[in-house]
Amino acid sequence: MNRRNQRGLRAGAAAGLSLLACALFAFAVRNVRTVHADEARPSVAAADYASPLEVLLSPDGSRLYVLCQTSEDIRVLDAASFAVIEKIHVGHVPRGFSFSPDGLRLFVTNSWDDTLSVIDTKTLTVEATWPVGSEPSSVVEDREGKRLFVANRIGNDVAVLDAQTGAEEKRLLAGRGASYLALSPDGTKIYVTHVYPNPAAYRTAPESEITVIDVKRAVVVDRIALHAIAGVFHAAFSADGRLGVVAEYHPKNLVTLAHLEHGGAFEDTITVFGADVGNAVEVPLDELERYASQPFGVVIAPDKSRIYVTSGGSEMVTVIDVPRLLLYIHAHPAGFVQDLSASANYVVTRIAVGLNPRGLALSKDGRRLFVANRLDDTISVIDSRTNKVTATIKLDGPKKVSELRHGEQTFYTARYSFQGQIACANCHIDSTFDGLTWNLEPDGFGRNTVDNKLLEGVKDTAPYKWTGTNPNIPTECGPRTEKYFWRSENYDNQTLTDLAIYVRSLDPRPNRWKLPGYQLTPAQERGKAIFERSADKFGKPVAEYNRCVYCHSGLKGTNQKLFDVGTHRALDNPGLLKSPPLTNIALTAPYLHDGSARTLEEIWTVYNPDDKHGRTSDLTKDELNDLIEYLRTR
Amino acid sequence: MKSLKFDMLFMAATMMAGALAFAAPAASVAPHAPQMPRYRFENFTTANGLPNNHVFAVLVDGDRVWAGTEDGLAVYENHAWKTYSTKDGLAHRAVLSLALDKRTGDVWAGTMAGLSRISGGRIDSFTQLNSGLSNDVVYGVSVEEENVWVATAAGGCRLDLRTGQWTLYNERNTPMVEIWAYAVSATPTKVYYGVWGSGVLEYDQKTGRWDKYDDPDGENEMVLFKDQGLIHEIVTSVSYVDNILWAATYFGASRYDGRYWHNFLTKDSGLPSNFINSIKGLDDKRAWFGTDKGLAYYDGVNWAVYRSSLKDGKPEMTVRDTAGKVTPIAVTTAPAHNYVLGVDFEGDDIWVATAKGLSHGIRQRD
Repeated sequence: MNRRNQRGLRAGAAAGLSLLACALFAFAVRNVRTVHADEARPSVAAADYASPLEVLLSPDGSRLYVLCQTSEDIRVLDAASFAVIEKIHVGHVPRGFSFSPDGLRLFVTNSWDDTLSVIDTKTLTVEATWPVGSEPSSVVEDREGKRLFVANRIGNDVAVLDAQTGAEEKRLLAGRGASYLALSPDGTKIYVTHVYPNPAAYRTAPESEITVIDVKRAVVVDRIALHAIAGVFHAAFSADGRLGVVAEYHPKNLVTLAHLEHGGAFEDTITVFGADVGNAVEVPLDELERYASQPFGVVIAPDKSRIYVTSGGSEMVTVIDVPRLLLYIHAHPAGFVQDLSASANYVVTRIAVGLNPRGLALSKDGRRLFVANRLDDTISVIDSRTNKVTATIKLDGPKKVSELRHGEQTFYTARYSFQGQIACANCHIDSTFDGLTWNLEPDGFGRNTVDNKLLEGVKDTAPYKWTGTNPNIPTECGPRTEKYFWRSENYDNQTLTDLAIYVRSLDPRPNRWKLPGYQLTPAQERGKAIFERSADKFGKPVAEYNRCVYCHSGLKGTNQKLFDVGTHRALDNPGLLKSPPLTNIALTAPYLHDGSARTLEEIWTVYNPDDKHGRTSDLTKDELNDLIEYLRTR
Repeated sequence: MKSLKFDMLFMAATMMAGALAFAAPAASVAPHAPQMPRYRFENFTTANGLPNNHVFAVLVDGDRVWAGTEDGLAVYENHAWKTYSTKDGLAHRAVLSLALDKRTGDVWAGTMAGLSRISGGRIDSFTQLNSGLSNDVVYGVSVEEENVWVATAAGGCRLDLRTGQWTLYNERNTPMVEIWAYAVSATPTKVYYGVWGSGVLEYDQKTGRWDKYDDPDGENEMVLFKDQGLIHEIVTSVSYVDNILWAATYFGASRYDGRYWHNFLTKDSGLPSNFINSIKGLDDKRAWFGTDKGLAYYDGVNWAVYRSSLKDGKPEMTVRDTAGKVTPIAVTTAPAHNYVLGVDFEGDDIWVATAKGLSHGIRQRD
């Protein structure tokens, strides 16, 4: 595998293992056996997987466009024969694409190099590559062809560009992790969804939103609140514009998380909104013993008879009868999101597809549904009249499933957990984090509320968990996960090893605060000096253990040791806390082991009264700002 | 000094009596007086929707009007008031300053306990604890391009909306002597801070350099040489437009064109008072002044004052021509109170924040 593709594989993987498993590294499990799966074993044969993430049909329906994230190309297929017409290389880790209204151009967001590829659909070549914001994830052009709107995941904003030149006009404040855009059928509004919840007070329900942009004015005019939702993906509209829908995760992170058989960790839901329903209504997809883990893609049939939802972890498409759903909604004005029997009233069927299904597209007549199965490099073709898979398109790529690929598949599938409820990727959205704090039962009911941490760059930062009780990744991801979360099926040794290989492969995404050439701004330079200082402003030596650079040493910002930084809470287990890595720390709020600090500033302005978390009380506000500017480059 | 000044502001806002004039017929025009804009003032108070009568700031945003009050941020839209409070995420109930990001439509509110951003109905608040904001008492806020400039009780600061970086400006990196920044006016070329007791600070966006303008007479209330420089060190408001700096103090006002100063005092201008809370330049010649004794307009030559009479409390408009001749204009309405804290414009109309309500001045034509 060349380096580019290797990077792409890791990033594209973008989503990960059964959460609570590897996921919340933070959670401690005591007395768990140490597993020595071969973490260091080199990862396998070269592989050039496609990882189809999104699909689109050309406006005339003759071509099928497939966004392949790992191979970093757009594949153009004949929509009838499925023969490959062209493979168009794009940028680094493409994530979203859409056509111009006239179908003459295809826009592709490249999430890791912050660019937008503009493809001429006649010549099937990239005619321009424009710089955009931080981690562009989807794009939509207005009906007049004047403006492009690009959702930037790290930027938490939507950039407004000149559709002809790519010149950026402005950025609009979206929610956290802005990722997916949908243009209303009348072209007047754009709806934005977000993979992370907005910042909220400590131990309160997550709050997400659908940001509504007025296309003509290019301003945010509304935000549809999504209470208790964290992780929102595709949005879609009915042709008449009266019904909108988004696919989303509903985490149960506020209650003590018992084993999955005692109530589960997530609900898998959609929210419908618009004139047909009045206020937004959350609709469960799950039913008893059958979960629709990781809802992602959603589309509404042209005649508004059906809603189709992919579930990446459950490897299926849920088919919803829209008239029955609307009847049920109107008959239950108080809501029914916690009723696992509700879905029987509107779910028509569930169609098994490939591994980690994501984006989907319907033909104009609504008869053929195409589903991108990201982790087995296939496209499922479903006949919507029979709800059967009539064809499976195999994309070019290696036939062999490498260990790395198998590890990634394991990370995303919910098959190992009780009733197939969750996977690592539930909490590590796209193999990152979820912005939430969790309280897991293994430490005792109500004990040890912990912040979910980022997986990128986690390799070689043992021990794991905030309390450092797991000596290596296989231990973290294996027995702990199997015993305390999945409660169902063990990983065999090979699977566990592959999973560890995958987790270890997750390189950090590019840091957007670093200047080219590793230069530092003056503020970052001043902050670095504070980070590395050995004496305070009064010339008094700072004890080694109280210097930033001591605990957060090395490239990853951790000396991998345990400390008391004065943040222990009454319900925490006794003991010290591991100094966490600083990898892309600016992105991963909240902070501290229990997520009590909402911002980097609060670590020191609120939670460091005794200078135990570094000597900082001598710093002025300017200097603290400098320190934070430096930390953001890590 | 700080608390004294703030107390003064509040006390004045609270105690100054004023008539609440409701919709009334338009005034007649004095035939020989200069033609100055006339208004019919419609006043809003708690009686008709405002959350509080102490209105510290007003901002017109298209069809909406925002009022920063002592008890929340009120917005007037479709003939109805809605109030945002701390329950909605507002940093503090007392909203002291407002600014509009014209590109995005977001509104920024400076409060007694932080800076709030109102965007599409969502409020995010920045404080000195949860962000890089220099101090929670935010007297002034101004937006240019992708920068939010803030005047606080501990100096100025800038939030770069693109990077999220906060940069602080205080006695350590600017010529600021006092750090009680009271007002800010930001443009892509120059940024001006009005500082209580430290004159006006100028930041050149191109060079990144600071300059400082002081009262050449020092911090006293004597003016030894007219137009020698800034009228006084206690600067309460600044406005930079068309390359002209307008600066208000509690002891007169100043206009600076980059080379020459011109000062305005009651004794030689149409200002109704030297105690000026706010100033807003319209262009290089025209400006509005909010004083403790009424609202004043200067068109570059003539002055107009809008208020309730200091003698009998009746609505009053006077016009002062270039020769100093003052002509009363018959009117039947006046701003809600003579203690004026801010103005903004809706087309030809004016909105006035006062100590006892918010006034909508509806332009009257002959």
